[in-house]
Amino acid sequence: MTATRAIEDFVDPIWRNNPTFVQMLGMCPTMAVTNTVINGFSMGVTTTFVLVGSAFFVSLFRKSVPNEVRITTSILVIAAFTSLADMFVAALAPTIYKALGAFIALIVANCVLLGRMEAFAQKRPVGRSVLDSLGTGIGFTLGLSCVSAVREILGNGTFAGIHLFGPHFQPMLIFMLPPGGFLALGFWLLFLSYLKARKKGHRRVRLWPVVVTRRKVAA
Amino acid sequence: MLKDLSWILVSAALVNNFTLTLFLGLCSFLGVTGKVSTALRMGAADTFVLVLTSVAAWFLNRFVLGYAPYLRIIAFIVVIAALVQIVEMFVKKVSPTLFRELGIYLPLITTNCAILGLALFQTNRGYNFIQGVAFALGAGLGLTLALTLMGSIRERVELSDSPIFARSMGIVLIIAGCISLAFMGFGGLFSS
Repeated sequence: MTATRAIEDFVDPIWRNNPTFVQMLGMCPTMAVTNTVINGFSMGVTTTFVLVGSAFFVSLFRKSVPNEVRITTSILVIAAFTSLADMFVAALAPTIYKALGAFIALIVANCVLLGRMEAFAQKRPVGRSVLDSLGTGIGFTLGLSCVSAVREILGNGTFAGIHLFGPHFQPMLIFMLPPGGFLALGFWLLFLSYLKARKKGHRRVRLWPVVVTRRKVAA
Repeated sequence: MLKDLSWILVSAALVNNFTLTLFLGLCSFLGVTGKVSTALRMGAADTFVLVLTSVAAWFLNRFVLGYAPYLRIIAFIVVIAALVQIVEMFVKKVSPTLFRELGIYLPLITTNCAILGLALFQTNRGYNFIQGVAFALGAGLGLTLALTLMGSIRERVELSDSPIFARSMGIVLIIAGCISLAFMGFGGLFSS
């Protein structure tokens, strides 16, 4: 394994193929548990654990698993690691376990995991698969933290429980409620594609038309 | 009894809509809602699998998982995968046209978190057999409603002239946020 390829495997899913912002996978936890930074971050870490563990085993047994049952095998491995993670979190951090609710068990149905197994771990050696899934996990944690930071700062005036503003801060409650999840990620995506459009040279792209008005359709 | 059941059904369909307030099944919500017709079919397939899963989960909880609670997640996901496989074979045999129309979405129901979520919620809340079926029906109706709403709005958005950087998923999520906001209004339905 060359060093550059290893770095590529690791960095690509963090930045250029970020699971949250680019691939748009694993949306359920991205919306559901991101009302505070601590919840979002711990969900990301838990998912990373399941991801790395299952990538290791799926990649290890990739030659002995027949092609017809590979999805079932991956799901079973992921389910086993999710059960482990479920028990770990319940034992080590009961408050976080209560806050995340059923969503730790729902890591099984997170498409990021099955996607990585299908696209990467089933075809490549163990070292590369572990690096790739570690990168994906970190990218996912980054995405969750970004979304939850917006929601917590605007919706509660705090960051990871620390009060940022004075006592007269009026929180935007909507960001703590379910619609806030959609809106926060939506604004992140709009902002990122705005930056991308700027980089491509669309100098006249402006943010305000979205907020204020819509241009008339050219006849 | 009947009041209780209808409460479960309406609550799962509107007040605690699986997609818009509990954030379950978002992959299909964002992925296959490009057209209303596909969204409707996806919703119907989801509802069918949800009801079957609810029945299967009740049997598992009643007869198997009492002895081995730590196997819950694995048992549920295996049963769901098997159910989806059976439904796929059944549809293929009975109606090949429907099978072709559903295409890849049918096997993808396995990794739809709404299905697993239903089984887990039903277990946590201790629903009995009939309550579970009502819950699944309500959840399925809610999912279909959300998918259809999203599909019909997105068909319009395709035709509108939005700014160049908004022609991506960003605008879809903002729309989803607005629909979700509207659904919060149902929260007042059962205040007493």
